[in-house]
Amino acid sequence: MTNFWNSFGIILFATLIYTTPLLYAALGSCFSEVSGVVNIGIEGMMTAGAFTGTVVAHFTGNPWIGFLCGGLAGAFFGMLHALATVNLGADQTIAGTAINMLGPGLAIMTAKVLFDSTDTVPLTASQKMPKLFSGAFDTTTVFGRFMDNVFANYASTYLVFLAVLLVWFIFYKTRFGLRLRACGEHPQACETLGINVISMRFACVCISGFLAGLGGACVTMTVSTQFRPISIVGQGFIAIAAVIFGKFRPQGALIGCLLFGFCSGLKVVLGGSSGVNMHLISMIPYVVTVLALILFVGKSRVPSANGKPYIKSK
Amino acid sequence: MTKRKGFLDFISESTFIHILLSVLFGFLVGAMFLKIMGLSITAAYGRLLNSVTSLKGISYVIVYSAPYIVAGLSVAFSFKTGVFNIGAEGQFVMGSMAAVVTSLLCSSLPKPLLIPLCFLIAMAVGALWGIIVGILKTKWGINEVLSMIMFNWIAFYLSNFIAGIPAIKNEGTAEATKNIADNASLLFSKDFIKSVGLCPTANWGILMAVAAMLLVWFIIEKTTLGYELKAVGFNKFAAEYGGINVNRSILTALAISGALGGLAGALQVMGMGKRISIFTSQEGFGFAGIVVALIGVSNPFGVFVAGLFYGFLMYGGSKLNLEGVPTQLINVIVGTVVFFIAISVIFRSFKNLKKKPQKPSIPQSASTDNKGVAES
Repeated sequence: MTNFWNSFGIILFATLIYTTPLLYAALGSCFSEVSGVVNIGIEGMMTAGAFTGTVVAHFTGNPWIGFLCGGLAGAFFGMLHALATVNLGADQTIAGTAINMLGPGLAIMTAKVLFDSTDTVPLTASQKMPKLFSGAFDTTTVFGRFMDNVFANYASTYLVFLAVLLVWFIFYKTRFGLRLRACGEHPQACETLGINVISMRFACVCISGFLAGLGGACVTMTVSTQFRPISIVGQGFIAIAAVIFGKFRPQGALIGCLLFGFCSGLKVVLGGSSGVNMHLISMIPYVVTVLALILFVGKSRVPSANGKPYIKSK
Repeated sequence: MTKRKGFLDFISESTFIHILLSVLFGFLVGAMFLKIMGLSITAAYGRLLNSVTSLKGISYVIVYSAPYIVAGLSVAFSFKTGVFNIGAEGQFVMGSMAAVVTSLLCSSLPKPLLIPLCFLIAMAVGALWGIIVGILKTKWGINEVLSMIMFNWIAFYLSNFIAGIPAIKNEGTAEATKNIADNASLLFSKDFIKSVGLCPTANWGILMAVAAMLLVWFIIEKTTLGYELKAVGFNKFAAEYGGINVNRSILTALAISGALGGLAGALQVMGMGKRISIFTSQEGFGFAGIVVALIGVSNPFGVFVAGLFYGFLMYGGSKLNLEGVPTQLINVIVGTVVFFIAISVIFRSFKNLKKKPQKPSIPQSASTDNKGVAES
């Protein structure tokens, strides 16, 4: 029984660690996709955030400034994406692909110039994201250790769950959210009602970049404390997948990210203890996602104006 | 309509010019970052160009290009048929693994049999990888982008798993498969390479890329199948109304795309790759294929040239370290090129800039590009 609770605690800890960055990025993806702009550049924006976050935290010594700057770096690439797709009517997939090359390209190139290596200098304990409730539980008991694993977690993890609530509130309880969703469904109708579709979408894509940047910063400022070229490998695409999985709703994306995070957590524990091949275990999150889609989720309805550039005169 | 075309018209209408301008901007932005980072522009770009001044360098570029071209064709074909084959990565990985396994299992077969067999099986496995996604889409309505992302990773781990099986794994310490059987290798003979002065990995994979290019062009432009696939890509509902089986079309398009992705993988491993390593992250040939398809504006011939360009940058980029310039410069350049291709729609507006003042009204019948008039 002791073993079970220990393992379960570790699984939940790993779940939260995996889920946090995905969830930030997925919330970002929600903003962009729901407003009608396909943002495949989430991956590049995360990389920019991951790099900027660690570098700023390293030089200022303050994790929160680093975290925020990570978000801003993501927002900068979000702005580029918005400029191309919203203002200039560019193809959204092409622009996103460009962001995915520019983000990592610039990050790694800058790292090479700043540190003479593709990796950044690891953050010290005071420079990385602080852990909340660390030491609040008595780790000598089984229950205490379980609680310590689950609740003594990084501040960014607590923030992201608050962010889900906030995004849900914005989407479904505010005027901004209603307009945002309308822009993704029928921009022409919005324009006739006096909503400025261009500026709405511009704002949403920038927010999307900001959140993706925060997600990236979470990867390099918590468990792993340095940026490396392989820090962000596909998390951005997984986040996009989680949003499609969650039918373009923040609460759905939460479930998608948690499912994926839990399977990844399971992988950590199983990989250590069982004799099964590590590579097969690593496949679990992806296979489970596909199975869950077939069995429970099914068809996902894409916002009807998603992917189409909005041209005012049409 | 015999009016001579002005310079602005020329710039605004020619896609080729847009791409040339984008490439130019790419190098300009690259130079800008080099300058900001205090690195020498001439040294970096000199090294890049210097890599193709010899026959050896040119042969390297061609060898590098073959898999990129075919991966690009795979994505371009999917673009033409209205699906976005972001899964080329997985198809590539599966194709290259299929080629290695086939060659090891049938290593006793003679070259003229084994090489086509490896190609066929790699293409079949790639096609299968595409069809699975197609079935998920047509049967359960699952978004293909989502399932392709998942299947890319499943392919990645499956490949790592297969590479670790004792019968396949390298006998040495390398975390990789055995080298592909000699009879499945596309490499030219050592004597030939030496006498002509080509690069050591020179092979005839590029001929397969040419064949694939012609085949894709033929299917898309000259066959009923291609017409149907394009129709579905253009407007699913109209195509269905016109009597085309949309689901079957989607499956066919994904199968052909997947087969091309698999072929690209086979070319890489039967050419310069020789074996497959156990990776820590995806190698990115499929994602490169997306970029190549975009630079080549999904036109088979354009993709061929774009693939050569990409191969040139990849080979030249690998030499940048010698000048103390990060290899990642290439990603910045290519990213900028793609970005400018994305916004090249603005070049088209040059035409309107000039035309507006001189033509206040146009008769409805004369102009095709004047939707504003028709609307009223």
